[in-house]
Amino acid sequence: MCIVLSVTIRHTFLGLLEQQPRHGYDLKREYDERFGSDRPLHYGQVYSTLSRLLKNGLIEVEGVEPGDGPERKRYTITDAGVTDVADWLSRPEKPEPYLQNTLYSKVVLALLTGRSAADLLDTQRSEHLRLMRELTKRKAAGDLADQLICDFALFHLEADLRWLELTAARLDQLTKVVTG
Amino acid sequence: MSTSLLTATGLRKQFGATTALDGADLTINAGEVLAIMGPSGSGKSTLLHCIAGIVPADSGSVMYQGRDLVAMSDSQRSALRRSDFSFVFQFGQLVPELTCLENVALPLRIDGTKRKEAERQAREWLDRLEVTDVADHRPGEVSGGQGQRVAVARSLIARPRILFADEPTGALDSLNGEAVMRLLTEAAAESGCAVVLVTHEARVAAYSHREVTVRDGRTRQAVGALND
Repeated sequence: MCIVLSVTIRHTFLGLLEQQPRHGYDLKREYDERFGSDRPLHYGQVYSTLSRLLKNGLIEVEGVEPGDGPERKRYTITDAGVTDVADWLSRPEKPEPYLQNTLYSKVVLALLTGRSAADLLDTQRSEHLRLMRELTKRKAAGDLADQLICDFALFHLEADLRWLELTAARLDQLTKVVTG
Repeated sequence: MSTSLLTATGLRKQFGATTALDGADLTINAGEVLAIMGPSGSGKSTLLHCIAGIVPADSGSVMYQGRDLVAMSDSQRSALRRSDFSFVFQFGQLVPELTCLENVALPLRIDGTKRKEAERQAREWLDRLEVTDVADHRPGEVSGGQGQRVAVARSLIARPRILFADEPTGALDSLNGEAVMRLLTEAAAESGCAVVLVTHEARVAAYSHREVTVRDGRTRQAVGALND
């Protein structure tokens, strides 16, 4: 999982905090294990993300515990944060290259937070098909160059759709792995 | 586009111990192209067969012009299929002993149209589907793509209200499949005919106006605004 956008880090943290309150270190470890194995987060990224989430009222500090080094803050999600996660998970992504990483994160977070990953995949499939319809119309009205350009995009979107279909077929299996 | 033509509600269908449909719902609007998608074994072809009156559902309703197909007798369903519906399948739908022109003219001939008039109209449909040059060939002498275009011409000549197409490009390569879909959807739109298209191919479904996904015998429709 080498390409995870910063917007995804923000929502991923929120999703993990919705599952349960955590310290910053736990969040980083959980994130790296699940979503960033070949590109772990820097501590700077973790604390700047937490600071933005705090500032926006999406998380709050539940408690502070003394440790060997600096004090450890325990973060918990607010109602506004839960709404933010729900909104993000329910909206399809704009179809574009390397989307699988974001979609994979969304599927795992939906399962972790007890939401319907099947609905999420169906909504995304619908969005991909909407774009494929647009391209198909453009192709019908265009010259050969337009047709070839649209075909390139159509084949890539079709590959995404196969991934969505395969993931939908493996949801039971994935649920056991993620929540087990 | 939003006038409902056929509405299926709570369709259930069992084959022995296997549940093929488990409460499927579907609406077909006048003049639209609707894709039914889903993985193999999801129930999408059974759904098409039930809404087209090919097989009766065990329960639920299929309302078409104020009548319920599920409650009709076999002969009533057959009559409705002949008058209002038509079908395109993946293979083997043309009569091998007849020429392509005679195949296309067949639905009109069965309805009593004189040969000359039926063949005049059939020739027009072959022109529209861009296969004029195969008119005098038998189906065994034409390519798969040409054969499917002839089948589409035959399915539309009697001006059905709904064309049911089950994997119509399943046996064709990409180029021929796309040509068939383009011509099928254009010809259906010109005739004001709704198309219900069963496919597992997204590029084929992209010719539809909207899609319904079947999973485990149930229909799912997804909506949502975009994450930018």
